[in-house]
Amino acid sequence: MKFTLSWLKRHLRTDRSIGQIADAMTMAGLEVEEVIDPTERLKPFSVARIVSAARHPDADRLQVCQVETVDGMKEIVCGAPNARAGLVTIYAPIGAYVPGLGVTLVEKPVRGVVSNGMLCSAAELELDGASDGILDLDSDLKVGTPAADVFGLEPVIDFEVTPNRPDWLGVAGIARDLDAAGQGLLISHQTPSIAGGYASPIRVELQAPELCPVFAGRLIRGLRNGPSPDWLQDRLRSIGLRPINALVDVTNLICYDQARPLHVYDKAKLVGDQIVVRGGQVATDTGEPERLIALDGKTYAPGPRMCVIADAGGERPIGLGGVMGGESTGCDETTTDVFIESAWFDPIATAQTGRQLGITSDAQYRFARGVDTHSAVAGLEQATALILELCGGEASEITVVGTPPAPPAAFDFDPALVERLTGLRLPTVRIHTILSALGFEVAYDNGPWRVTPPTWRRDVHGPADLVEEVARINGFNWLPSTPLPDLGAPTAGVLSPRQSRIRAARRILAGLGWAEAVTWSFTRQDIAEAFGGGSEALVLDNPIASDLDCMRPSVLPNLIQAAARNADRGFADLALFEIGPIYRGDQPGDQRTVIAGLVAPHAPRRWDGDTGDDLFGLKSDLFVLLETLGVSTSALQLVQGHTSTWWHPGQSARLQLGPKTVIAEFGAIHPGALKTLDADGPMLGFEIDVEALPQSKARATKARSRLDLSTLMPLSRDFAFVVNAGLAAGDLTRAVAGSDKQLISDVRVFDVYTGTGVPDGQKSLAVEVTIQPRNATLTEAEIDALSDRIVAAAAKLGASLRG
Amino acid sequence: MTDLAQLELDLTNAMHAADTTAALEEVRVAALGKSGSVTTLLKGMGALSPDERRIQGPLINGLRDRLTVALADRKAALEAAELDARLAAETVDLSLPAPPRRKGSVHPTMQAMDEIVSIFAEMGFAVAEGPDIEDDFHNFTALNFPPDHPAREMHDTFFLKPDPETGERKVLRTHTSPVQIRTMHRTNDKPGAPWIASGQEPPIRVIAPGRTFRKDSDATHTPMFHQVEGLVIDRDIHMGHLKWTLETFVARFFELDGVEARFRPHHFPFTEPSAEMDIRCDRSGGELKLNVGDSWMEILGCGMVHPNVLSAAGLDPNEWQGFAFGMGVDRLAMLKYGIPDLRPMFDADVRWLAHFGFSAVQAPSAAAGLS
Repeated sequence: MKFTLSWLKRHLRTDRSIGQIADAMTMAGLEVEEVIDPTERLKPFSVARIVSAARHPDADRLQVCQVETVDGMKEIVCGAPNARAGLVTIYAPIGAYVPGLGVTLVEKPVRGVVSNGMLCSAAELELDGASDGILDLDSDLKVGTPAADVFGLEPVIDFEVTPNRPDWLGVAGIARDLDAAGQGLLISHQTPSIAGGYASPIRVELQAPELCPVFAGRLIRGLRNGPSPDWLQDRLRSIGLRPINALVDVTNLICYDQARPLHVYDKAKLVGDQIVVRGGQVATDTGEPERLIALDGKTYAPGPRMCVIADAGGERPIGLGGVMGGESTGCDETTTDVFIESAWFDPIATAQTGRQLGITSDAQYRFARGVDTHSAVAGLEQATALILELCGGEASEITVVGTPPAPPAAFDFDPALVERLTGLRLPTVRIHTILSALGFEVAYDNGPWRVTPPTWRRDVHGPADLVEEVARINGFNWLPSTPLPDLGAPTAGVLSPRQSRIRAARRILAGLGWAEAVTWSFTRQDIAEAFGGGSEALVLDNPIASDLDCMRPSVLPNLIQAAARNADRGFADLALFEIGPIYRGDQPGDQRTVIAGLVAPHAPRRWDGDTGDDLFGLKSDLFVLLETLGVSTSALQLVQGHTSTWWHPGQSARLQLGPKTVIAEFGAIHPGALKTLDADGPMLGFEIDVEALPQSKARATKARSRLDLSTLMPLSRDFAFVVNAGLAAGDLTRAVAGSDKQLISDVRVFDVYTGTGVPDGQKSLAVEVTIQPRNATLTEAEIDALSDRIVAAAAKLGASLRG
Repeated sequence: MTDLAQLELDLTNAMHAADTTAALEEVRVAALGKSGSVTTLLKGMGALSPDERRIQGPLINGLRDRLTVALADRKAALEAAELDARLAAETVDLSLPAPPRRKGSVHPTMQAMDEIVSIFAEMGFAVAEGPDIEDDFHNFTALNFPPDHPAREMHDTFFLKPDPETGERKVLRTHTSPVQIRTMHRTNDKPGAPWIASGQEPPIRVIAPGRTFRKDSDATHTPMFHQVEGLVIDRDIHMGHLKWTLETFVARFFELDGVEARFRPHHFPFTEPSAEMDIRCDRSGGELKLNVGDSWMEILGCGMVHPNVLSAAGLDPNEWQGFAFGMGVDRLAMLKYGIPDLRPMFDADVRWLAHFGFSAVQAPSAAAGLS
C-alpha cells in the first residue's frame, strides 16, 4: 500500500516529517518497506523562461536560447521545435543527471556554441505525458521554482499491510492508527448526505446474499464525464495509479482513501432496469458456463460460488461482484448517466474467485481481506458528492438491498490483562485512551469493561486482541525484559537418547572424513519407485518442479545425484552423508530418520601402489559409527543376498537384529539404480534406520561395571580351514568363537585363498584365534582340547583343516 | 722394541685397519681367540719360571686388558658408524603424500541447529519433534488459520494428492508451529511413533527444530528450509519473558555481549500480540555488521500464544498462557557464518561443504563456546 504525506495530511493534522511518520508506522505494526522519493531525482531541475531564441549559426534545427534561470541568464542550445521566446520550461544545469537520458550534463560546445545547461522534455525527466519538444509550462510559474513542486511530486511511503488489517488499505485508516500512536490529530470528515431528487430507476435483486449480503446504489443522471481535475490526477499518479476519467478516478480515490471499493456502470449500456446479484451460471442445455469479458479485456467463466452482477433480467453478466466490472457497461467520456454500486462482498468467496480465476484488482484485494461492513452507504455518499462536484448531474435516492453482516460483538475486557500478558504496567486511562482512539467503544460501570469493536475491525474477537492494540500503540519498546523463571539447569541434558544419538552421528561421520550434505525431502516419482517408494499417497499435488514431485523413500538417490553433479564439475571423489527424514507413507509414524552415506571412490592414484579397499573401508566406518552410537555390532546379523533392489546383489548386506528388525543396508549401489539417476559408478553407500536402532538401556547409575583385567597373557593359534566357496567368513568365525565363549576372546580372518592346493568350489580361510586364559595358564593338553573343539565347531559348517 | 711391544703395535694397527665389525672380529679372534697370539702368550705363561712370570705376567695381562678395551671401543665406534650408514640407507622421502583421507565436515545449517539447541538447552528447553507431512488441523486450523483464510494463501503450501477415499489433503508443514499443538494437545491417540511429540501438561518449555516447506523458489527462498520453533507455557509467562529469552538467545548465538534488538508489532494468526524481532545492523559495503548502523534486519517472528490456539490444544486460556517464536535456521547460519547465498546450502557441492562446513570437534559446549 502506497500513499503520500500530503494525502495523509487530509486525514491527520501533523507536523511530523515523512521519516518520523515512517518510523512510527513501523513501530505500530505498519511495516514500512520503502520511502520512495521521486523529488530526489528532480532536485537539480527548476523552472526557467526563454528570453530569446535565435537560429544556431551552423545548424538549421538548433536554436541558441538566452534563458532566465535560477542561476541567472544562460545561453543554451536547444533542438526542440517548440523552443521560443517567452516559453516557460524546465532547466537542467551543467552537472545535473538527466534520468530520462541516463547522462550527466557536461559543458561542451554543440556545433561550436557552448550550451550552458539543458531545457528538458517530460520524457527526459521521466514524467508522464507526450514528449513533443520541451515542457511547455504555465507562464505564471516563477523562474527558479523547483521542478518537484511544479509537478506535485512528493515522497511516497510503501508499507506492508498485514492481512488482519484491511482498514489500512485506505489512507483514513492509516491516519487513525497514527493518531492513536501520538503522531498527529485525526481530522474527521463529515460524511455528506445528499438527498436524491427522484427514485433510482435501477432495481437491484439480491439472489445470492451469501456472496453479497448488502448492495447500495444510486443513479446520477445528466452529468459530464471527462478528465478529472489536476489535484485528483496528481493524487492518483503520486501512488502509481493511472487517471482514466472523472467517474473512474473518483471510485479509485475512495478505494485508496477509505478502503471502500465502488463500481460505476454506464446506465446507457445497461440492458433493462434491473441489476441481479447472483452466482455464476451454467447453461442448462449445453452445460457451458457463462462468460464475461471483464475490464481487463480477458474472458472469465465464473463458477456458481462466484458473485456475478447481471442485467437483462439477470441473463447478461456485466461484472464479477467485488472483483472486476465488465467491459460492456464501463464508463467512458460519453457517459451521462451513471449507476454507482457500493456493496459488500463475502471475503472468502471473493478470495476464492480471485484465486480460481487468477484475477486480482484493488477491489478484490480489499473485499478478500474484509471491507468495513457498514461503509456501503457512506462510500456511496462520498462518491456522489465528488461526482456532483466534478461532473454535475442529478442524484437519485439511494437504493439499499439486503443487510450488512452483523457488526463485531461486544465482549468483556479486564484492563489488568494488559499487564498479565505483556508485563506492561499502564494506567487504565491510557488503555482507555488508546482503545477509544482506535474506534473501540468502551463502556464500564464498576465491573469489567464492555468493549465493542468498530465495524472495520473484524479481526478483533476478544481480550487478547485488545491487549495487542494497547501494547502495539503504546510501543513494544516499553516491554520489560524479564528473565524466565529459573527451573534449574537440566541435570541430565534435555535431549532424548535418540536425539543425542543423531547429534553424535553427525560428529562421528564428520570425524571419519564424511562431508555432511542437506538435500531436498523430495525426489522424482520414478526415482522414488526405483528406491522402494513412489506411492500415490506421497506424490505432491503442486510440486515446485516436475523432478521434485514425490517424497523421498531414501536419502541415497539424492546423494547419488549430488555425487553426479560434483563429478560433472570435476570433483568425482567424495564421501557424503545426510541425516534426515524418509517417508514410507503419509502418516506421522511413516516418517523415519535415517543416517545415509555415499562414497564415490575416485581417490587419487597412490605412489606406493596400495589401492585400499573402498567397500571394506565403508564397512569399517559404518561399524565404528554403530559401535560409537552404542550399538553392539557383534550382536548384529550380517545377511547377504536379501538387500533391496537398488543394491549390488553380490556386494551388499543387511545388518539386522532379526529378520524383522533391519538396522541398516550397505554395499555397492546397483548399476541399474545409478543409471536411473544418470550417475556413473561405482558408488557405495549405507543407510541406517535410526528408528530401528536398539535403545540403549536406561541405567540407574552412570557407574561402569567392575573391570576384570586378566593377569594372564593372551595367546593365539592359527587355523586354516577349507570350506565351500559360498560359506560366509562371518559364519565360520562366529562358529569358532562359539566353540568356547569363555576362553576365545577374538577370531579374525587373516587370509582368504583359492587356487593351487584348494579343490575347485572351495576356499581356504585362515583364522587367528585369540585365547584369553581366565583362571590359570593353560596347559598344552588344555590348548589341544580347545583346538579340537574349534575344529569340531568348524566341521559342522563343512570346514576341514587344510592339510 | 720387544716382541710384546711389536705385537701390540701390530694388533692396534690391525684394529684400526678393520673397517667393519666383521673384520674387527677377525682381529679379535687373531689376538684373543682360542689360538690367538695373545691367548697363546697367556697360555705360555705357565711354562715360564716364577721370576720370568713375575716380569712377563703383568706385561702380557696388561696387553690383554688394553686390547680388550680397545677392541670394545673400536667395536662401538664401528657399530655406530654402521648404524648411521644403515639409517642413511633407510631414508624415506617424507614429502611424498600420505595415504589420502577425505576431510569430513558438518553442514552449517546443522551446526547452527546444534548451537541453537545448546543455547536453549541451558535455559531448560527440551527438544520436541513432529512430522513433515502434516494434516490441516495441526498446520492450520489449530493454529487459528480459519478455513479459506487468505493467510493460508500466504504460506504457499505444498499439498499431497488428496486421499482417494476421504478426500483429505495432507500438507507439507509450512512452519514448525504444528509441533506446538502436538506438544500441548493431550489426546488418546498415540502419536504414531515414539519420536513424535505427544501432549504434555504445562509448564512447557520446548523448542522444535525441523524441516519446513513452502512452494517458493528464488534467490532468497528454497522450497525446503529449516526452522526452530519455541514454546513456553505456564501460568504467568508474559511478553517480558519473551523479550528476555530472545534477547538472551540472539546475543548468545551471535557470540556478542549484547545485541541491540527491537520488537516490532506484526500479525500472525497463532499469536496475539504478535511481533517480529529485528537486530541493528549495517549492510553498507556489502558486509554485514551487527549492532552498528541504521538498518534493522528481521530475524524471527514471535508472540503470545493466541487463546484460540491454547483452546484448540485443549488448554484453558484463562489458566495457561505463554509465548511462541519461530526462526529460520538456514538464514541465521548465513548471517552468522557469512554465507552469501541460500541455494547452495542444499546443493551438496563438495567445495562449498568443505569451505563453509565445520570440523567434527566444533561441537557446541559450555566450555569451548559454540563453534
